[in-house]
Amino acid sequence: MTGEPPQHAAVAEPTEPAPGPAVEAIGVTRVYRGDGVAVEALRGVSLRVDPGEYLAIVGPSGSGKSTLMHLLGCLDRPTAGTLRVGGRDIATMAGNELAKLRNRTIGFVFQSFQLLARTNAADNVALPLVYRGLRRNERRRRAVEALESVGLGHRLTHRPSELSGGEQQRVAIARALVGGPQLLLADEPTGNLDTRNGAEVMAILDRLNSEQRVAIVLVTHEPDIAAHARRIVRVRDGLIASDQPNRARVRPRLPGDEDNGNGANGNGANGNGANGVERPEPDR
Amino acid sequence: MRAAEAFRVALDALRANRLRSALTMVGVIIGVAAVIVLVAIGSGAKQEVESQVEGLGSNLILVVPGRVQFGSAPTVSRLQLSDAAVLGRVVGDPRRVIVTLTSGEFARVGAQEEFVNVVGTNENVAQVVNRPLARGRYLTATDVDTRRRVAVLGSAIADRMFGDLDPIGRQIAIADVRFRIVGVYGEVGSAFAVNRDEEVHIPITAQQRLVGVSRIDALAVKASSSGAVDELQGRLLAALEQRYPGEEFSAVTQTQILGTIGRILGLLTLVLAAIAAISLLVGGVGVSNIMLVSVRERTREIGLRKALGARQRDILSQFLIEAVLLTTFGGLIGIALGVAGSAVLATYSPVPAVVTWWSPVLAAGVSAAVGVFFGVVPARRAGRLDPVVALRSE
Repeated sequence: MTGEPPQHAAVAEPTEPAPGPAVEAIGVTRVYRGDGVAVEALRGVSLRVDPGEYLAIVGPSGSGKSTLMHLLGCLDRPTAGTLRVGGRDIATMAGNELAKLRNRTIGFVFQSFQLLARTNAADNVALPLVYRGLRRNERRRRAVEALESVGLGHRLTHRPSELSGGEQQRVAIARALVGGPQLLLADEPTGNLDTRNGAEVMAILDRLNSEQRVAIVLVTHEPDIAAHARRIVRVRDGLIASDQPNRARVRPRLPGDEDNGNGANGNGANGNGANGVERPEPDR
Repeated sequence: MRAAEAFRVALDALRANRLRSALTMVGVIIGVAAVIVLVAIGSGAKQEVESQVEGLGSNLILVVPGRVQFGSAPTVSRLQLSDAAVLGRVVGDPRRVIVTLTSGEFARVGAQEEFVNVVGTNENVAQVVNRPLARGRYLTATDVDTRRRVAVLGSAIADRMFGDLDPIGRQIAIADVRFRIVGVYGEVGSAFAVNRDEEVHIPITAQQRLVGVSRIDALAVKASSSGAVDELQGRLLAALEQRYPGEEFSAVTQTQILGTIGRILGLLTLVLAAIAAISLLVGGVGVSNIMLVSVRERTREIGLRKALGARQRDILSQFLIEAVLLTTFGGLIGIALGVAGSAVLATYSPVPAVVTWWSPVLAAGVSAAVGVFFGVVPARRAGRLDPVVALRSE
């Protein structure tokens, strides 16, 4: 699972490494107006996510962390303030351009997996490529590679109902990766999983960040999950309460990581163990 | 998204709800089948009338008193038998003119009595109209001149009243006057709702005495060629108006009759098709309804697709294609049913039904258009869904 990842190099389109931040919010607010009441979900948030960063947005429910994630993922537009993705202000972009951005630059992982129930794993993973206009063979090839990279090369034709929760979330991660994004947004990625499967999923995310330098933004209210990130942003009442490096980081079991040895809880080892049969350990 | 992919997605969605898709299609199927069958009946009626009119014979001009127009009462005729000779001179051949005086009479053979159409005419039937003999002879000039009590029977009357017997030389009593049968016509069918196989022809002079009048109803003149018809029409009218100053006459050609009848039947066909189209409309509303349900059911899927990079246009076309596939499949099944139904009608019932080439083509086009028209509202609703709201639904 370590070593150079040829699979992902092939999966990803050669995306130009943006020199500036991957995504940057400056004084962003988001007000929902419904039934005559205006709800201020974000009240002026500035946040910068650089390429290759690994950060967690934490906060109680209703704090605005999901709203922030939707904005960072270009699913929504801010009421006021500026949101830049890859250096471009999304306020100047049309709906189709935002769709293209979501398709190519951003990957989503949802708490409830959001897989199409009647569609097998490979086709679920290939879905973003459909909207890129790729041919079926090419989509298939990339989907298989992405599934192999999350250890599900043997589950291509299984439907979501035939997969475990952990496997479903890995399919969802493969789908987020297949387009070769610069930024992966994970909204409570382990919220519907048991500890073991959750650990497996987090191991994959850790690996993605350290090996492929994909910027990851985790949205979670679980401290154990947030502990995987290098930086933790606390959101409260629509404002950023704190933004600090994570000193107690769970160390992914990976060579070349600069953090100190704190891999005692063995999340990474667990993930490897579960998939050791399908995926060769670092070898050759 | 590629078009082929969009079709595949739409097909998958329809297949996932087989029963619902099938029931939705039923509305369109019934509508299209009804349009096809009713248009086929209209076209069949028109073709039948056309073949009847043409079956009368070619290059005919019918001369009747008064102005021929629908809705006006028939004018009492002042035409005389001698007018046949006048018109004969106009045509240049006295044998190209026939006269008619028609009445309904009881005819009896032995104990068998029937009400028949008795037509008094002259010796020129064979030259003017298409009326072949099955046996015996036509009426002759001598029959007319001497007011001979002879009759030529239509094929249906001969069959019913004499069966296997040869009617030639036998007697038939018309209004209690005995006539000798000299001929039997071959089967020619109907024209203008009159079954010509149910007619009895007797000399015009005998018919005038039978009815007790000295007039005739109408004349028919055969032009030498189709090119001569129009010119002859005017000369015939001029001759009659000179003979009966102040009276009005009409000379109608087959083309004119066909034109009038064609317009009426065309209108009838249109009305029938419009009635059937209402059911197609109702079917379309059903499609719209189901598509709205489908959009609501798949709100989360729509949100997900948008999050993964689907544009508004991609979502819209996915649902629009789904609606169009529904109505087009329904339309094709409806066309098959309609064509089959028309064939069954034409074969097993007296209703004429002819499927013209354009009605299935039009039906296919219309059903696809119904899909677009009734699919666009649900599809636009789907395309405009806010991905954040859609992802959170349920």
